[in-house]
Amino acid sequence: MEPLQIADKIKEKFPDEVLNVKEFRGQASVILKKDRILEICRHLHDDPDLYFDYLVDVCGVDYAGKKEKRFEVVYHLYSIKHRHSVRLKAEVSESAPEIDSVTAVWDGANWHERECYDMFGIIFSGHPDFRRILMPEDWEGHPLRKDYPVKGTEKEWPGFKAVLNRAKRFKEFEWQE
Amino acid sequence: MLMDTAVNLVEVEKGTMILPPNIIITSMDRLINWGRSSSLWPMTFGLACCAIEMMTTGSSHYDLDRMGIIFRGSPRQADFMIVAGTVTKKMSGIVRRVYDQMPEPRYVVAMGSCACSGGIFNTYSTVQGCDSFLPVDVYIPGCPPRPEALLEGIIKLQKKIKGEHFRWSRWR
Repeated sequence: MEPLQIADKIKEKFPDEVLNVKEFRGQASVILKKDRILEICRHLHDDPDLYFDYLVDVCGVDYAGKKEKRFEVVYHLYSIKHRHSVRLKAEVSESAPEIDSVTAVWDGANWHERECYDMFGIIFSGHPDFRRILMPEDWEGHPLRKDYPVKGTEKEWPGFKAVLNRAKRFKEFEWQE
Repeated sequence: MLMDTAVNLVEVEKGTMILPPNIIITSMDRLINWGRSSSLWPMTFGLACCAIEMMTTGSSHYDLDRMGIIFRGSPRQADFMIVAGTVTKKMSGIVRRVYDQMPEPRYVVAMGSCACSGGIFNTYSTVQGCDSFLPVDVYIPGCPPRPEALLEGIIKLQKKIKGEHFRWSRWR
């Protein structure tokens, strides 16, 4: 199925949820409201004509100062059976950065959603194992947010401070000529 | 007979003499440093792309084995550690622990710009040089260094070991 046809099918089924459809270089992006994302994904997965059995990627985007709603969660879907793909974008506001988890539909979303939470602070409700994946568990802040300083905050992560202290403490046991 | 051999004392290099046919006279420093520098066993520990170059250096083409360098799977059996790649803050504790588990005498080679200085990753998550928490003996620049550069670094380490005094004595 052609990407725009898929977009039309989603629009047909969920007319109130689809905000916009964009096409670029033969790829379609469907911009959605976040509230019924799980339902939409379930439909895309189960419908025999669409049959999106493969979730390629889930990622977040920070549009700080560029869009009214700051975040976007992007889903790339692919159907191995029909060999077609589509991109879903769900808008998430800064004041309520929360969206339903799609792990119930695709298990593969598990780590992607954890990464998205780790980097952007978007909360995926209904996730079975919701915690950070890349940064240490006691890390403060979400590094890929545009307002996060590239070189880190003034406050050093306590875990690294402990390593430095250990190195300092063991220095006296080092070999000295 | 005894008189003859005493006359034939041959100095092969400064501080090492051979009494033919098979007696060698040298200092403890030289003997032990020779032994240590001739069988340096590194800890198998790769962190990033530098680890690929390290593996290549161990392959048959560059052949670290000919220098007595055999990668060990345990820090307890290792003599030195090649910090091959970017050290993140999250990983720094583990790198330090591996170093602490190694028996004396132990050495550290920082391989690549990331291990030396953080390299291009001047960011929130990266340690700006592993010398902030490890006593580094040899720094190897490059991104990543070629196997020849790693070999050069190891030869530098061997030279350093050969210049040590009394490291075999009781720990002070």
